Amino acid sequence: MNDIIDLTLIDWSRGQFALTALYHWLFVPLTLGITFILAIMETIYYKTGDPEWKKITRFWMKVFGINFAIGVATGIILEFQFGTNWSYYSWFVGDIFGAPLAIEGIMAFFMESTFIAVMFFGWDKVSKRFHLLATWLTAIGANLSALWILVANAWMQNPVGMQFNPDTARNEMVNFWDVFLSPLAINKFLHTISSGFVLAGVFIIGVSAWFLLKKREIPFAKKSILVAAIFGFLSSLFLITTGDGSARQVAFKQPMKLAAMEGLYQGKNGVGLVAFGILSPASTDPTNEKLPDFLFRIEIPNALSYLIHLNANAFVPGVKDLLNGNEKEGILSAADKISRGKMAIETLRNYKNAIADGHKDEAFQMRQKFMSKDFQDNYFKYFGYGFVKNSNELIPSIPLVFYSFHIMVILGSWFLIFFIFSIYFIVNDEITKKRLFLKIAIFTVPLVYIAQMAGWTVAEVGRQPWVVQDLLPTVAAVTNINAGAVQVTFWLFALIFTLLLIAEVKIMTTQIKIGPKEGGH
Amino acid sequence: MRKILQFYIDGFKGMTLGRTLWAIILIKLFILFFVLKLFFFPNYLKKNFSNDQERSTHVIENFTKTK
Repeated sequence: MNDIIDLTLIDWSRGQFALTALYHWLFVPLTLGITFILAIMETIYYKTGDPEWKKITRFWMKVFGINFAIGVATGIILEFQFGTNWSYYSWFVGDIFGAPLAIEGIMAFFMESTFIAVMFFGWDKVSKRFHLLATWLTAIGANLSALWILVANAWMQNPVGMQFNPDTARNEMVNFWDVFLSPLAINKFLHTISSGFVLAGVFIIGVSAWFLLKKREIPFAKKSILVAAIFGFLSSLFLITTGDGSARQVAFKQPMKLAAMEGLYQGKNGVGLVAFGILSPASTDPTNEKLPDFLFRIEIPNALSYLIHLNANAFVPGVKDLLNGNEKEGILSAADKISRGKMAIETLRNYKNAIADGHKDEAFQMRQKFMSKDFQDNYFKYFGYGFVKNSNELIPSIPLVFYSFHIMVILGSWFLIFFIFSIYFIVNDEITKKRLFLKIAIFTVPLVYIAQMAGWTVAEVGRQPWVVQDLLPTVAAVTNINAGAVQVTFWLFALIFTLLLIAEVKIMTTQIKIGPKEGGH
Repeated sequence: MRKILQFYIDGFKGMTLGRTLWAIILIKLFILFFVLKLFFFPNYLKKNFSNDQERSTHVIENFTKTK
């Protein structure tokens, strides 16, 4: 198949998916976070009866409504692409994706949609208590929507709880709880939603800072900052904790991704954590043993080994170990995995040929062999490697993953500091005097979106060439359709999403300029 | 039931900014489902094969072409 499928097609299909996913993700995290901030603000209104808090809640609810309306359904395009551009992948994972996505559709989406109506239409029509309940349930529903799609994504990064059926070429779920409660899925969900909480905190502080710089709506802006800063600060701490958990999962399940995140070519005991570094431009060629990995780096000694293994002297494999193998550390070479993958594909081919030729006994024996534990653990486990022609294909873009990871971490650290300053200035009633900080707060809003995009770049580019880790590479997942057609829809999506983004920014800025006046939805 | 219906009717009638947002949602859904899905994104396996058996065979043939 590698001979037939044009690399241009793969690149355009990947580009189209990346474009759609990244645009979709411009809208999602604000929804995840702002709904909880709204619920907290409305709870304060419910408890105090202070109409200022009602005004504050209604303003941010309007901002949420704009973001939700523009962003809703943009993710459906990804599902269109599964069926057209990624049909072999869709077929391969069908039964695994079906359950989580069906639950998402039925449970979270309907729950969310119902209570959103109460949130917007229900002021002064339903009881304050019921309205508050609707707001909280909207927040929970929005985050549950994210849960199911992230469970599906985590399965692609760490396929568990399934069995490949050689008769249908599909994976079938054998244990829902293994899929749902996989540590990678849990960490991914918690890390992703907490990043949305941080984004919403930064967003609200940034917009409120604009009001303070304009000397408008001072009490409104201060109260908004107080809630957003405390919520953002706690979310930042949680984000760091879940980020640590995610990185540890990556180290065990996707060691090549971790090596790329850290620019680690040669594994060793007691590996340091790169706080900041500039990669050697030529060091992406792992075959050149003499090349330096970095032109410059600031490293925390032994920290990576400790963070992963809780042992400062533990071994962490690098790109070269993962390609060449390391017998002492029990790491198979890429060549060995490729050979085992080819064996798995050949056995599948022989099985299907035996069926087609009517050799029932031979087919029966082939199937028994294919399904045996030994074959599953030692050969099928490396099925995807059978599509790989050159072991260098197993290395993701190290500069892209390395820099994205470090941009995400540096910005994440800045957000924590930013929230601490925000809390300090607001609690000491100094924030209106700190005009430089208010300007920085506005400038931090785009940074939090950049951090989100960087995070997804690490997660998705870092796992290349895999669509499903170790089982299905991109080259085997893509449909052999006309690359020209994919290019046309790529630009079509770029146009549609850009128009939606312009609409969002224009409507949002207009409403922000109008400010938190009473009434209307 | 009637109360719930009236709640929604009053809510939609009272919309200001919501009218613009609903217009955007409806236009977006029309473009997504009646233009993109219909003309640009057919389901490849459903369109080209009539049953799951044929789809399975095709996918396995593709997977096992690699030597």
